[in-house]
Amino acid sequence: MTATVWRPALPPGGLLRTDAARGQEVLLLPERVVVLHGSARRVLELCDGQHTVDDITTQLTQQHPGSARAEDIAHFLTRLHAQGCLQ
Amino acid sequence: MTTPAPPWALLAELTHACPLHCGYCSNPLELTRRSTELSTQRWAEVFRQAAAMGVLHTHLSGGEPLLREDLDALTRAAVDAGLYTQLVTSGVGLSTSRLDDLVDAGLHSVQLSVQHADPPLSDTIAGRASFRNKEAAAQLVKQRRLPLGINVVLHRHNLDALDDLLQLAVAWQADRIELANTQFYGWGLLNRAALMPSHEQLADAAATVARWRQRTDIELDITWVEPDYFTGVPKPCMGGWGAVSLTVTPDGTVLPCPAAASVPGLDAPNVLEHPLPWIWNESPAFNRYRGTDWMPSPCRDCAHKNEDFGGCRCQAFALTGDASRTDPACSLAPDHDVITSLASADSASAEVVRRRPTRRSTSTVGG
Repeated sequence: MTATVWRPALPPGGLLRTDAARGQEVLLLPERVVVLHGSARRVLELCDGQHTVDDITTQLTQQHPGSARAEDIAHFLTRLHAQGCLQ
Repeated sequence: MTTPAPPWALLAELTHACPLHCGYCSNPLELTRRSTELSTQRWAEVFRQAAAMGVLHTHLSGGEPLLREDLDALTRAAVDAGLYTQLVTSGVGLSTSRLDDLVDAGLHSVQLSVQHADPPLSDTIAGRASFRNKEAAAQLVKQRRLPLGINVVLHRHNLDALDDLLQLAVAWQADRIELANTQFYGWGLLNRAALMPSHEQLADAAATVARWRQRTDIELDITWVEPDYFTGVPKPCMGGWGAVSLTVTPDGTVLPCPAAASVPGLDAPNVLEHPLPWIWNESPAFNRYRGTDWMPSPCRDCAHKNEDFGGCRCQAFALTGDASRTDPACSLAPDHDVITSLASADSASAEVVRRRPTRRSTSTVGG
């Protein structure tokens, strides 16, 4: 995996959802609930296996200027990959 | 009384009927008859109420859920309610067309049970030829790109095969494997002597798990559920009574834990009589051991009371006759010697009683 060619995608069975009862966004996986803070859901919605990390960063910073820094997005995606939440 | 935090998960025991006859099964000895199972519409209402309360995951389980002919409709109802659906199956009956119907209904993931890595031994433990069905089911699930988890209930007759079981999980391209030492409830409790592993087996198994977890060449998520009879540490059963999860049994009985039907005087509520929010928030059964106020000594003054919640109420009842005592699995429990003597008993000669419905004079459909 290198940041220039990696096209992050949710793993099979990964599901983004609004948890209305608790007022939060979540990523659902088998046996796991990952609570998403801040702009995390917007980032993950772009993880469709088509976009590179750079694409995702460009899109987000254009759509939501000032909401997230490129290095934070890259760090977030790498961390979720390490946790098995992205492939 | 403050309103309890909402539940996260629903274990939907759709039927107690099962083609397998595993002696470790945690289903109750008195299996629910098929004629009293909830209808499709009733289950759909359960899923809607559960999702509205805050439940995110549902495990479509049993028995063998594939024996419900309406499983695709049940799955669709759970998905439409907004739930993440996992099929918990033996693999027997998971044909291509059946799986395709479930995928169409929106099924999210599959957990497949395996009894042993050696086909004849797996079939012996299961009480019927089933290993090849499981192998085929695993292939199908991966072909449909669903996440595949393998669940193995461990005991003296398969603990020595742990290395082969992990190898099998890799060969079957499983994403996860749950290696769960037998918890002694229902049929498992009945067969405790025959299933009890030796200290040596467990030490070897723990070392095998540790070795596999260090491997960086495989992407297999390994869960190891420790045997609380041996660790001296009680399990945080269900994450606390009425705290995280609820179980609905085939006839609509709602329990804080799948084994809780064994607790005497629980007066377990039923979805046919009460809405789920009342059952979760207000029913006496769900409040009986909720929180820490009910705790006896030494739990009530223990630093770990919010970590293990006093262990398991069903186990406390099974081993002491009183569900409100400290779980004897705890080394600090007054009754801990009960469990240490059971864990060191020589059980090599005990035979397994197979899980089967109680014989009846009148015949019923299925089962």
